[in-house]
Amino acid sequence: MSGKDFKAAKEYFVDTPSGRVRIWEKGRGKRIGFFAGVTGLPKWTAFLEELSKSFCVVAPSLPGFPGGPSSEHLDAPLDWLLAAGDAFDAAGLEGCDLVGESVGGALAAEVAAIWPSSVRRLVLMAPFGMFDESDPVADVFAQMPGRMNAALSEKPDELSQWLACPQGVDAGDWEIMTLRAHVASAAMVWPLGDTRLARRLPRIAAKTFVLWGDKDRVIPPSYAKRFVAALPKGAKAQLIKGAGHLAAFDQPQRCAQAIAKFLKA
Amino acid sequence: MKTGDTVVVIGVGGIGTGAVQGARINGAAQIIAVDPVDFKQKHNSVWVDIDPKLFDPAQGHRLYHEYIDELVYASQAGFDGICVNEHHANAYGLMPSPNLIASTLARETTDAAICVMGNSVALYNPPTRVAEEMAMLDCMSGGRLIAGFPVGTPMDTCYAYGQNPSNLRERYYEGIEFVMRAWHEDKPFAFNGRYNQQRYVNCWPRPMQKPNPPVWIPGGGSVETWDLCAKNSFVYANLSYFGHNASRTAIKGFWDQMKARKRDPNPFQAAFLQFVGVAESRKEALDLYSEAADYFYNRCLHTDPSYANPPGYTTEATVRARIGSQVLQAAESSRRQIRNDTSNIFDAGHVVIGTPDEVAEKLRNVCKEMNVGHLMLLLHFGNMSAQLTRYNTDLFAKKVLPQIRDLFENEWEDKWWPQFTAAKANQSAAARGAAMHKAAAE
Repeated sequence: MSGKDFKAAKEYFVDTPSGRVRIWEKGRGKRIGFFAGVTGLPKWTAFLEELSKSFCVVAPSLPGFPGGPSSEHLDAPLDWLLAAGDAFDAAGLEGCDLVGESVGGALAAEVAAIWPSSVRRLVLMAPFGMFDESDPVADVFAQMPGRMNAALSEKPDELSQWLACPQGVDAGDWEIMTLRAHVASAAMVWPLGDTRLARRLPRIAAKTFVLWGDKDRVIPPSYAKRFVAALPKGAKAQLIKGAGHLAAFDQPQRCAQAIAKFLKA
Repeated sequence: MKTGDTVVVIGVGGIGTGAVQGARINGAAQIIAVDPVDFKQKHNSVWVDIDPKLFDPAQGHRLYHEYIDELVYASQAGFDGICVNEHHANAYGLMPSPNLIASTLARETTDAAICVMGNSVALYNPPTRVAEEMAMLDCMSGGRLIAGFPVGTPMDTCYAYGQNPSNLRERYYEGIEFVMRAWHEDKPFAFNGRYNQQRYVNCWPRPMQKPNPPVWIPGGGSVETWDLCAKNSFVYANLSYFGHNASRTAIKGFWDQMKARKRDPNPFQAAFLQFVGVAESRKEALDLYSEAADYFYNRCLHTDPSYANPPGYTTEATVRARIGSQVLQAAESSRRQIRNDTSNIFDAGHVVIGTPDEVAEKLRNVCKEMNVGHLMLLLHFGNMSAQLTRYNTDLFAKKVLPQIRDLFENEWEDKWWPQFTAAKANQSAAARGAAMHKAAAE
């Protein structure tokens, strides 16, 4: 799966007010956008490969994440929102479906809330953005060295392998790229992950589908219900069996199938 | 002021471990108010998530006074300075606010420098508060303040104080700039920074020392800290739990940076910290200090590596330089019980023990080798009693200090020592008075 080499996605770059955005695009049919989670997309994934069998998958890189512009100049939530909006526009996603995971899920929800007519249907996979003291979000950054992947995924060894520096790439550069993705994630959600997103969710016009790994040890699966409750009527949630926080990595087929079903309905 | 300045440190800590020395010191004030023997087995960490039920306020009351007394005692014994630091949610550092202790010391001492090795300026919003309190301390002490600005450990800053690691350092740099301007500007000004926007900054009172109290940067081994000190002519104070052997690389990094910037290698622009235990013989030293060293290294340093490396705390330049997080290393090693045998602690130089002559020779050599003019000493560590601390302090002051305090004195001027403004003003007033008296008599 993760070790397999896929036929490369088309890669191109678009200059935006937030900097140069890398865009990966693969597949035919309806365009759907993807905002990745805490790791970003250092490589193509089995999940996107699966989705690209039914859709034209378009994944713009968010600031700080692999392929994206620098996040260094982003201070306020407004800066992040505008950068996400720039990535969305650069990928030609206006009026398209949008899928976001983890921190990318929080940004996807923000984009759909602030520009409601821009997103047709929305899929949120274990998005950050809320914090409930009665069932707190784990501190994903405070992990024993080498244990972060175990917190993120039910398949930590495969995740480590997927995140490993490929041959021919400078190990130092790769390490910095990985670090930047974590720094960008921390910049967005430190210290609790509560971005007050719940106040903006009611603005979302897109029909929304919430997906959650049933083994998510970062944001408990109970948050699926909280999101549905805060979203406009009609939002639905589904748990993905055998998946941790990075559900799309852990269960690419199950996730892709659930999403395809929702988007085609 | 005398050179080869030697200061006693109480609870040096958390500051600026950026990379090097790790989990960091503590010092005279490693106080676990309640110290169960099975602490390490039953509790996750001495820091951040330490069980509040372990704190006994009655012990706290007693120990605050005991430690303040020890610092006052050191100042009377002949040390050039006394030192306090800042830690948060930490069982061995009872000074979340070092300024409170320093203000007491400003009253209870008269002729020692008061070295505040922390305010972690990124934690205070607005930093006006830091400028004001340090100016108060400088006035109260009569110009005896050393102003330390540590970035702070991850445990203190990102966890106990919830600061975002992605911008902690930038906030810290801006905070220092803010405080320096607050001390220097001769009228109220607006500060429009990235993280701090203040329409009216007007630091009142003003620091007694002009243009400002000497600035020391307690730090680990991050490239940025070396650069900050070299560029701004701040003292680079390498604080490590692990003695001269651990400081060597970091201090060298600083001097390399100074050389690259074509700055004088004035040893007084550097400081480092060393645990020391003096006795009449090496055997006596082992008898006296082994338990305390074991207590410190094997109990107080019980920290959780999970808290050691939040993303962004260690900068890209430091990661690229392969310096590695020593906070993390220290925390990890604290889990492994590598220091079961306390003789390792002594042999590795974490704690320098011996007779006064042995200790003096060791420290002289180490200071010369590393080219460091300010020696910070932890003469209380672990569970040392007040009595033993005084014994150590006395022996050091009487028999070691005279052997090391002339170091670098003739070759270099210490431009980073407090001005003792009030004392000098009094001396010159007295001299003027005497001259007038003499003139009148004639």
